[in-house]
Amino acid sequence: MREKTGSGGGTGSGSGTGSGPGPDNGFGSAPTYASRLVDGLRAYRLIAWMWIRSTMAYRASFAMTLFGNFAGTVLDFVAILLMFSRVDQLGGYSLGEVAFLYGLSTAAFGVADLTLGSMDRLGQRVRDGTLDTLLVRPAPVLAQVAADRFALRRLGRITQGLLVLGYALAVVDIDWTPAKVLLMPVMVVSGAAIFSSVFVAGGAFQFVAQDASQVQNSFTYGGTTLLQYPPTVFAKDLVRGVTFVLPLAFVNWLPALYVLGLPYPLDLPQWTAFLPPLVALACCGLSGLAWRAGLRSYRSTGS
Amino acid sequence: MAQNGWRGFVVRAWRLYWAVAAGGFRRYATYRVATAAGVFTNTVFGLILAYTYIALWDERPGLGGYDQAQAVTYVWVGQGLLAVVAVMGGGFEDELIERIRTGDIAIDLYRPADLQAWWLAADAGRAAFQLLGRGVVPMVFGGLVFQLALPADAGTWLAFLVAVALGVLVSYAIRYLVALAAFWFMDGAGVQQLAVLAGLFFSGMTLPLNVFPGALGELARVLPWSALIQAPADVLLGERTGLALLRTYAFQAAWAVGLLALGRLVQSAATRRVVVQGG
Repeated sequence: MREKTGSGGGTGSGSGTGSGPGPDNGFGSAPTYASRLVDGLRAYRLIAWMWIRSTMAYRASFAMTLFGNFAGTVLDFVAILLMFSRVDQLGGYSLGEVAFLYGLSTAAFGVADLTLGSMDRLGQRVRDGTLDTLLVRPAPVLAQVAADRFALRRLGRITQGLLVLGYALAVVDIDWTPAKVLLMPVMVVSGAAIFSSVFVAGGAFQFVAQDASQVQNSFTYGGTTLLQYPPTVFAKDLVRGVTFVLPLAFVNWLPALYVLGLPYPLDLPQWTAFLPPLVALACCGLSGLAWRAGLRSYRSTGS
Repeated sequence: MAQNGWRGFVVRAWRLYWAVAAGGFRRYATYRVATAAGVFTNTVFGLILAYTYIALWDERPGLGGYDQAQAVTYVWVGQGLLAVVAVMGGGFEDELIERIRTGDIAIDLYRPADLQAWWLAADAGRAAFQLLGRGVVPMVFGGLVFQLALPADAGTWLAFLVAVALGVLVSYAIRYLVALAAFWFMDGAGVQQLAVLAGLFFSGMTLPLNVFPGALGELARVLPWSALIQAPADVLLGERTGLALLRTYAFQAAWAVGLLALGRLVQSAATRRVVVQGG
């Protein structure tokens, strides 16, 4: 498999030639942030496209893993359905309300997982030294690591999340206002950005602790699992932690409870429901800094 | 004379597989940071699940025959055993699939050791390490934060360890079949993923199987995966004693024997394929 990554890099020379002959490839004359961003997105697009084509070489296997990705998250929701086959409420929430939280959390996480889900392989690259290959290519390392093994099968999770969200919207009686309608797409996009910054920060952490990709999973997968349930279920201290320290509550809990017209277990003013975009920006900034610090601390294995 | 030869064979085989198992143990013991990270993840998920189970049992006390303390204990037993019985995969099968894909398997088949027994020994070593390395800490953490219903007598703990060992055997037999599927599919990812899903759902990892309603519950309880988490957890929670305990062991052992035998059958079919490809 590692072999394959190498040869993938060969094909990926498309990304090298693609980033243009100009000197502003991250070295040379001081590149602006905007040009670095454009560079990064371009590299990401090319590498991701290469992986999509490579996956499509084994269509049967792709269909199976796509179904598996979808089914995996379905089973997740089936567990909640099974719970509700025995009870009418969980933490004071109906099935429809839990489905609303579930759909939003899964959709937002699904988008982040699709775009950055390969970040947990960074530790592996640091250990076996293949990260060095990425460092010498004229494209931002973050874009290369993120697009590595881009897996289209992760669309399965997004699809499933949106289906559950659709179900929730059909059964829950929401008192719609323009602000609430606007909040829905804003929530998914900001939520995806918050989860993305967790993925990037987790990647940065792996520069330090190379074997610890599992720690990252407990914040990403653990985070989305946590947000699928009502905040009333959890201890106050845990809710405080994911509101003020690691602000996962802004992915769906706070804005979703505003839409549903339900109280948040902590005494917070109502305008906090509209903070997700700002929180997402702050998270992205911080995780970007963490990534730079991590990358700078990187010392190759020397082999 | 012949008897002597037979004894010598058994002794040599025992030494060989013991060495392989010890190697499996040491190999996993090497990755200390990964083990600590795994313990951290198990603890985080245990925490989330424990709170949802508390809410569930608040709503319906006595659900599935458990009281709330038993339900919370179930969560931590599940987190402690997750790596041991490899519900999410990630044991020997990745390596075996890779060897099948690259063709290195042909070399393995020439070795004077049995393929199934070799990997079983390695997996037993892995499980033994993960029981110590990843099972104990989440359990202790759970005991510090929540009120658990753990047995006080050594006999129940011993009975639990036997059930765990049988669970590892069933888990190995399933994953061996999954790995052999690579002989036909070459890319084992799809089959592996489906196996993980079935494992997560039907082992009782997401929800205890005695909470599953009606026919689905009955089905889930007779499938092999219930030998992985549900059976050992029930033994530890004191739900299976006396004759019921023996019946649990018999259930686990029957699946282990049946699936291992099926593994042998598939193995011989698969090795014939290798000969065809090689010739």
